[in-house]
Amino acid sequence: MIGLETLPLSTSPVYGLLALMFQFFNSFAFIVLATVGLAIIFGMMGVINLAHGEFILVGVYGTALVFHAGIPLPIAMIAGVAITVVFGIVVERTIVRHFYDRLLDSMVATWGLALVVAQLLLIVFGSSLGSISTPMGSVSYGPYTSSVYRSIFLPVVAVLMLVGLYVLFTRTEFGIKARATIEDPETARAMGIDTDRMYITTFGIGSGLAGLTGALYAPALGSITPDRGSAFLIEAFIAVVVGGPSVIIGTLSAAGLLSMFNAVGSFLAGTFVGQMLMLLVAIFALRMLPNGITGYVKDWQQRRRAEE
Amino acid sequence: MTNPNVSRRSVLAAAGTGLGISLAGCTGGGSDGPTVGILEDRSGEFQLNGTSKWQATKMALDEINEDGGILGEEVEYIDPDPQSDNQRYQELTEQLILQDEIDALWAGYSSATREAIRPIINDNDQLYFYTTQYEGGVCDDTIFPVGATARQQLGIVTPYLADQYGEDIYIIAADYNFGQLSGDWVNILADEEGYNIVGEEYIPLDETDFSSVINRIQEEDPDFIMSMLVGNNHENFYDQRASNDLMIPIGTSTTLAQGYEHRRYDPPALTDVYAGVSYMEELGDERGENFVDDFYDRFEDANYLNQEAHNNYFSVYMWRDAVEEAGTFDQEAVIEVLEEGVDISAPSGEITLDGATHHVTHQMRVAHADEDHEISFTDPEPIEPTFLREEVEDGAGCNLREDSMTTQYEPGDVYDV
Repeated sequence: MIGLETLPLSTSPVYGLLALMFQFFNSFAFIVLATVGLAIIFGMMGVINLAHGEFILVGVYGTALVFHAGIPLPIAMIAGVAITVVFGIVVERTIVRHFYDRLLDSMVATWGLALVVAQLLLIVFGSSLGSISTPMGSVSYGPYTSSVYRSIFLPVVAVLMLVGLYVLFTRTEFGIKARATIEDPETARAMGIDTDRMYITTFGIGSGLAGLTGALYAPALGSITPDRGSAFLIEAFIAVVVGGPSVIIGTLSAAGLLSMFNAVGSFLAGTFVGQMLMLLVAIFALRMLPNGITGYVKDWQQRRRAEE
Repeated sequence: MTNPNVSRRSVLAAAGTGLGISLAGCTGGGSDGPTVGILEDRSGEFQLNGTSKWQATKMALDEINEDGGILGEEVEYIDPDPQSDNQRYQELTEQLILQDEIDALWAGYSSATREAIRPIINDNDQLYFYTTQYEGGVCDDTIFPVGATARQQLGIVTPYLADQYGEDIYIIAADYNFGQLSGDWVNILADEEGYNIVGEEYIPLDETDFSSVINRIQEEDPDFIMSMLVGNNHENFYDQRASNDLMIPIGTSTTLAQGYEHRRYDPPALTDVYAGVSYMEELGDERGENFVDDFYDRFEDANYLNQEAHNNYFSVYMWRDAVEEAGTFDQEAVIEVLEEGVDISAPSGEITLDGATHHVTHQMRVAHADEDHEISFTDPEPIEPTFLREEVEDGAGCNLREDSMTTQYEPGDVYDV
């Protein structure tokens, strides 16, 4: 464990706080990006996708394979997302569509899918793919540095992604139709909505987001091996459960809360304490707010309305 | 190396495969000729390291069979994939011992795996070669841990770096028994030589984000870092180190020689990483033969011939020689021959099995990755397994020729750590 004298704060408070801020951004981006695809598919379709990590991995592999073929990284990332969308739509048509609103069954089916995907990647592409160096270098302040890609670029992308999704699902015709389909498929069909298409599109968006996460983390993941999907799954699940039913606000608030405790814990007392603190907060949040943060806010609003 | 990190998925997977095992349980049956078991991971978490070990074991046995076998008999081998899953290791070990009646076993990458199957090995007095570099200290009747130990690896690389760069050391290691004990060894070495440990952090195995670790290292500005990080998640440290321009030299017992990170990462991620190694593919063949070329001839798609695979290779030959000297495959007789001590001419050089401790005096080298990830080595230095031979039991050491033991000593048994 780290002694008190090594606390960054003890020598250079301003630089120390900057370091903490960048660590928080880094952690926040990771949780948002790991969670958002899972949250869309769970929140909109009632399917728990235990293969979520492997969907991200498909994005990682797609990006890395295209990149190693000599294509520039940004284009390789777009290819990685496209590959994951196609993969997601094939999976939706062949497997997932049989499991809408069958929560437990969907877990077993997608868990099996996860094993198949990981093993196929191993058989087809071997033990590992060459890693991709993190681009953009670092910013330097006092004795410290922080990675520009992980602590500035990815957090900005994460926030833009949430804003984009919010607009898509609340301000567009597609969003309204998609939500109507999830809320009450029969009425939606009676109103002339092609619910099948809505399911495919929503699942495609969820897969695309997972693919985007994979593409973005391909150069920030270190080793690219068939078992890396699990690196994302735990944070994603915790954040979905803590966030509660409202997909976008839930993801945002859960990622903010969890990464704050993770970053402060890691900063003050080491990565072990950071992880423990994050898990403790998750347990505490579930005990106090069984419907997640957004579920609690909703209940509170309803109660207030009832009182009035 | 140990990995206690049992994911929910692996528990489910174990439950799932249990059914498959029990159905598959009635195939095979004890064969008449000599049989050995090979349990090395070709899938799951440790496949990157395990595949190479599996290949090298097969290669040695195939070469021996092509050369007429042992005592005139062809050696069969049974090599199911344990999938980096300790539950599966236990089931397969029992099956190999009880049903296939193997004459020798090569098994396992992590120390957690070794400890998971050790009770089964002990119950059946099974001759077992554990070939991974590890924390050291296993003193067990029928087990031959032939990999270099933490004391041998860290003992060569730590003083080398202190000489070259200065005496302020920052320790980062994986947060479980292997990492903790390796950290203890660095502390012991620092105590003996008067180095300063300016920081020390043990990092959970599933951590992928090293930004706070890097900031803390920058704060302390050590002369070099000792890194006993383990596994795919921790490798990310080296990439983040490069993007943060943290080019302080790093000493390690876990990187380069096992997971060939210098090949899998673009420079400069591994620049100035110094590993204490007993073998790496880049070393070639000190005997003047073609160990590496032969390996790639047999396994064209192989990724790397790692330090552990080399241990598998020479220990198969060591076993063959012992069987021939004993004139029988009987395990007790073979162990008796091995316990007399064996001189081995291995691709890594002239090495010796210490009969009393079942450990190997390895030719240890410091491997250095330069800014293009080219590897160079220092001159080899034979380092003996002194911890077990001269330090434990108040200096009396562990002597498996005389005493029957099934224990593992820790640095804390001898030193204040």
